[in-house]
Amino acid sequence: MILGRAFEDKCAKIYYREKMCGFAHLYNGQEAVSTGFIKLVKKEDSVVSTYRCHAHALSKGVPARALMSELLGKTTGCCRGQGGSMHMFSKEHNLLGGYGFIGEGIPVATGAAFTSKYRREALKEADCDHVTLAFFGDGSCNNGQFFECLNMAALWKLPIVFVVENNLWAYGTFHLRAASDPQIYNKGPAFGMPGIHVDGMDVLKVRKVAKTAIARARRGEGPTLVECETYRFRGHDISSEPDDLRDPAEKAQYAARDPIPALKKYMIENNLGSEAELKAIDKKIEEVVEDAVEFADESPHPPRSQLLENVFADPKGFGIGADGQYRFEDPKFTEGTAPV
Amino acid sequence: MLGAARQKMLGQSLQRIRPMEKVFRSYSSAAKQMTVREALNSALDEEMSADPKVFLMGEEVGEYQGAYKISKGLLDKYGPERVLDTPITEAGFTGIGVGAAYYGLRPVIEFMTFNFAMQAIDHIINSAAKSNYMSAGQMTVPIVFRGPNGAAAGVGAQHSQCYAAWYGSCPGLKVLSPYSSEDARGLLKAAIRDPDPVVFLENELIYGESFPVSSEALDSSFCLPIGKAKIEREGKDVTITAFSKMVGFSLKAAEILEKEGISAEVINLRSIRPLDRSTINASVRKTNRLVTVEEGFPQHGVGAEICATVVEDSFGYLDAPVERIAGADVPMPYAANLERMAVPQVEDIVRAAKRACYRYVSTAAAA
Repeated sequence: MILGRAFEDKCAKIYYREKMCGFAHLYNGQEAVSTGFIKLVKKEDSVVSTYRCHAHALSKGVPARALMSELLGKTTGCCRGQGGSMHMFSKEHNLLGGYGFIGEGIPVATGAAFTSKYRREALKEADCDHVTLAFFGDGSCNNGQFFECLNMAALWKLPIVFVVENNLWAYGTFHLRAASDPQIYNKGPAFGMPGIHVDGMDVLKVRKVAKTAIARARRGEGPTLVECETYRFRGHDISSEPDDLRDPAEKAQYAARDPIPALKKYMIENNLGSEAELKAIDKKIEEVVEDAVEFADESPHPPRSQLLENVFADPKGFGIGADGQYRFEDPKFTEGTAPV
Repeated sequence: MLGAARQKMLGQSLQRIRPMEKVFRSYSSAAKQMTVREALNSALDEEMSADPKVFLMGEEVGEYQGAYKISKGLLDKYGPERVLDTPITEAGFTGIGVGAAYYGLRPVIEFMTFNFAMQAIDHIINSAAKSNYMSAGQMTVPIVFRGPNGAAAGVGAQHSQCYAAWYGSCPGLKVLSPYSSEDARGLLKAAIRDPDPVVFLENELIYGESFPVSSEALDSSFCLPIGKAKIEREGKDVTITAFSKMVGFSLKAAEILEKEGISAEVINLRSIRPLDRSTINASVRKTNRLVTVEEGFPQHGVGAEICATVVEDSFGYLDAPVERIAGADVPMPYAANLERMAVPQVEDIVRAAKRACYRYVSTAAAA
């Protein structure tokens, strides 16, 4: 959580120093949800997020260096500088983005869960029990794709957990102005899956609920809808600060429930860690983030040749091989190992 | 004697795409007739049996045997895990297909028509086409989006649009449009094996049409190259480019033109993206005149792109302005006679070819 917070604060500083441009949607305040869920899943499980994906990427294990380089558009970034803040992908860590459109990640996450089920049933890999976590906000819950996926996930009993990060504000629209039924967890039972509401500012409560939901999916019993009541301390994105629509009293109320000091207090009270140890963690994270910025600063910009790369996996116009012959004549063709 | 000359011509044109040693095969005994529907069905069947990661998803593909019976028999053969009937949720199931493709499964997503795919176009373009680029090669999307495209008969404006130009302008997609059964088989198999997102635009009205197929086309490894056009008919006076149903119309137009002394070369584009610029340009450099034919709306259409291509690469070779035949610039009307006027017909292609050859006498001048 501390890494997430420190990273996002650093992002803001870099943005104001004009090293980063475009969009940056910061996650301050919502760290409990990301940490509470993602730290419970394996490396092979997938996570799909929205444009507010920095913390999800960090929780899933993407190195801070790769993330920072990506934000500065350097070639050492996790997507070689071609994705940016909103499009974080990591095949190694099974982080499937990073989507600019709200609701776009939900069907993709459902597809990843579908793959899990397909591998178990059609490809007969009996031990494939991968779970997918789909993170999205309160605004997405009014989007058609959300309902389509709740329906299909419940219909086909897919191993997915739909995590709603309800921070009450969809850009500048207050949740009550946008949703006919503001209690999002009610939408789960309407489609035949459990809908759970949890205090998203308390990482331990989130973790408890996450455990049940993930275990349910892993057992093959189907999806769960978890609504986490949380709050973002900064604006929708950096360029929309200062945000004047939100009442300072509301902000103060949630700032008092900041998950990081709350967990620190809990740890000290229950003798799970001393003040000195917690300070040491803070310092260590600061060093990690500073190192990430240094690394990113020193990394090279993408070379000109990178502009036209990676549009296709197989750019040559499939069918004709390097030697000008028909590829289907290559005996390795049907194994898919014929050279590109 | 004429038969031998035609065989030689066929052999020569097929030589461009057949390996050298097969050029002297005799075609009369090997020609089997196959409808486009059967061709697509057999392609799907073979690819699904060769690779267990290939699965078909769409509305009515399973128990209904396919809205146009393209997937007939596949549910019985491969079971409901691999032939999935979806609820009517294009955006949802297209996104699900993309998510599955990220993980190396090879979905074939069927849209009942590409008009319905507009509900899913966000996923086709934003999550499928752009992902390989945005993730710098980490997320490849080996997915095929297929279905009928363009006008059917009397289905009205919302069910008749041709999307070749829309998808053809998007980097990250490969866009194919077959005409004959051999095209359908070869291109669909290539599309399924291709590791990138492919938009496969079929045409409802040719599903039932029968074409001869050679015995090589029936082989289970047969694929056609993506990005290569086919010269359906050789000629020397004017080049006519077309795709899908319009190839049939262009061939008929070429027969009519032959009787009037104009030898037309008909190019079946097969691949809208990547467009086979070299074949088109080589042909224009030979004939010096070009007529582009398409069914879709004229503005920003495929014909516009071909014209720009030829102007960029072969301007000095053009002896006449490029003639562009497209559908009428109106939403498709319902009345049968209006519909016929809104879609290019054989007479329009003949007139355009004559205009390009400066043999057209305008009725106003004659009167």
